[in-house]
Amino acid sequence: MSDKPPDEIIYEELTLDESALLEEVLSELGESRRRFIGQSSMAVLSALVLEFVAKRNALAGTLEPPAYLPGVADENAVKVAFRVNGLEKAVSVDSRVTLLDALRETLGITGPKKGCDHGQCGACTVMVDGRRVLSCLTLTAQCEGRDVTTIEGIAKGDKLHPMQAAFIKHDGFQCGFCTPGQICSAVALLQEAKNGEASYVTPDVARKTASVQLSDEEIRERMSGNLCRCGAYPNIVAAIREVHTGRPTDPVPGEIAGSKGGAV
Amino acid sequence: MKPFKYTRVTDATAAVRNVSANKDARFLAGGTNLLDLMKEGVDDPTELIDIARLPLAQVRSANGGVQIGALAKNTDTANHPLIRQNYPMLTQAILAGASPQIRNMATNGGNLMQRTRCTYFYDVSTPCNKREPGSGCGAMEGINRNHAVFGWSQKCVAVHPSDMCVALLALDAVVKVQDPSGKQRSIPFSEFHRLPGDAPENDNNLKHGELITAIELPKSNVAAHSYYLKIRDRSSYAFALVSVAAGLEMNGSTIRSCRIAMGGVAHKPWRAAAAEKYLTGKTATDENFRAAAEAEMNAAKPLEHNKFKVELGKRAIVHALRRAANPKTV
Repeated sequence: MSDKPPDEIIYEELTLDESALLEEVLSELGESRRRFIGQSSMAVLSALVLEFVAKRNALAGTLEPPAYLPGVADENAVKVAFRVNGLEKAVSVDSRVTLLDALRETLGITGPKKGCDHGQCGACTVMVDGRRVLSCLTLTAQCEGRDVTTIEGIAKGDKLHPMQAAFIKHDGFQCGFCTPGQICSAVALLQEAKNGEASYVTPDVARKTASVQLSDEEIRERMSGNLCRCGAYPNIVAAIREVHTGRPTDPVPGEIAGSKGGAV
Repeated sequence: MKPFKYTRVTDATAAVRNVSANKDARFLAGGTNLLDLMKEGVDDPTELIDIARLPLAQVRSANGGVQIGALAKNTDTANHPLIRQNYPMLTQAILAGASPQIRNMATNGGNLMQRTRCTYFYDVSTPCNKREPGSGCGAMEGINRNHAVFGWSQKCVAVHPSDMCVALLALDAVVKVQDPSGKQRSIPFSEFHRLPGDAPENDNNLKHGELITAIELPKSNVAAHSYYLKIRDRSSYAFALVSVAAGLEMNGSTIRSCRIAMGGVAHKPWRAAAAEKYLTGKTATDENFRAAAEAEMNAAKPLEHNKFKVELGKRAIVHALRRAANPKTV
């Protein structure tokens, strides 16, 4: 039997990857390595790993901790009741869980995409109380009583929303990852234009009109929060222009080359 | 993200009491900047007090001017008829910032409180005196292309990221604040944010637990001749390299008074006082605009990678003034 303290034995027995994992477990639990070493034994380590697993489960929205972990509950759990695509939902999640993660992981609504998770790409765009927002920068806890609409809630049964149909018609995507966010953003944009809201490229913001007719430049500015790595922008603009103006246009080769949507 | 306790409050007094009681507590309004900072590990509050539902979201006429609530969303403020008609420069500045989604979430108070986007501040593996006082400044010897040309210190060369605040400074706004004892105080906008000096960890002069309740805009006489110009690396959805809020009070072709503020050049929104002084009483010509821009920007102290901001700043001032003077013709 070694005379070394048990924690050092544990660390010595771990591979580099296992040590890194242990450090991650400790930091996620808010546990310092020093404190861990001070009290450590294999039993403590096992308990910490189980707690870690429980927290991971709580983050993923598993409401009940597994039966083999009696008494493990999340100290920061919040209960939130809200509507998603017209249906009442109630979840209990760790306070850190974003709306995006609650939708995807807890409720299985995977239309909103996790692109950057930092509010820079727009792939997670949903509507809350009718307005487009970023679900990655919204806490689930902030959504109590709110009305959330995702891409899944935009069509009427089997009938596509006109914006969905226009994106298909104009080839407004390639890989499709940003598309749910693009379409949610575009649907909200139509309403903003009807409300007469201005943008940075609106010529005379002091003159408020009942509704705004959007140029391609306006559409591009108002869609600037939604990035598309495939570069489908000209076709996205064409799709939005068609729904906004109500004037159907045939997709033309120029759209694909980018020349049509590119004129300012 | 570190664990935190979440509490939603329904009155300002409770909000202020809760945050004052815990130095690691923060107010949560829109959350567009705070949540991002928490995900990055730049900030790690133990408690968030959600103030989003406090009744502080009004935009209304007050004292001859307009008062905007701290919790009014950026979108609603920019599009409010009182703002569009009387302070179009503020509308333009708000709409120049972020994206429609973020402006739908972000509040006016939160806009004032947002932190610098200096990459060294955001990257917790690098030194930063603002994030970790005493650790050093990564940008001083690093890549400082986006950084300050005015008012920086050896401790910090970061810039304030807001567009809205640049217009608020030019408009001589006043920030209304509730302190932990329940008292209200008013802070002139020019004294709200601060230069880094020896304490870059302090972006502004608020004390912990103080809550912004409203922003007051005095009556403005530059609505007819104003413009907010933003220059950035891409045409939208990027922070400013340089921005200029310009407002002119004209008497024929003579400039009776003017207001010019700049963004992207200092740790706080920067009042271009030298340019304002030069232009007052002069005629609105390109030559005078250029001379005013020279008067302002020749005092700049650029860093290794941002010398371009000096000439860019001059041209931006001229362009903004030209647009403000001739709103219909440009």
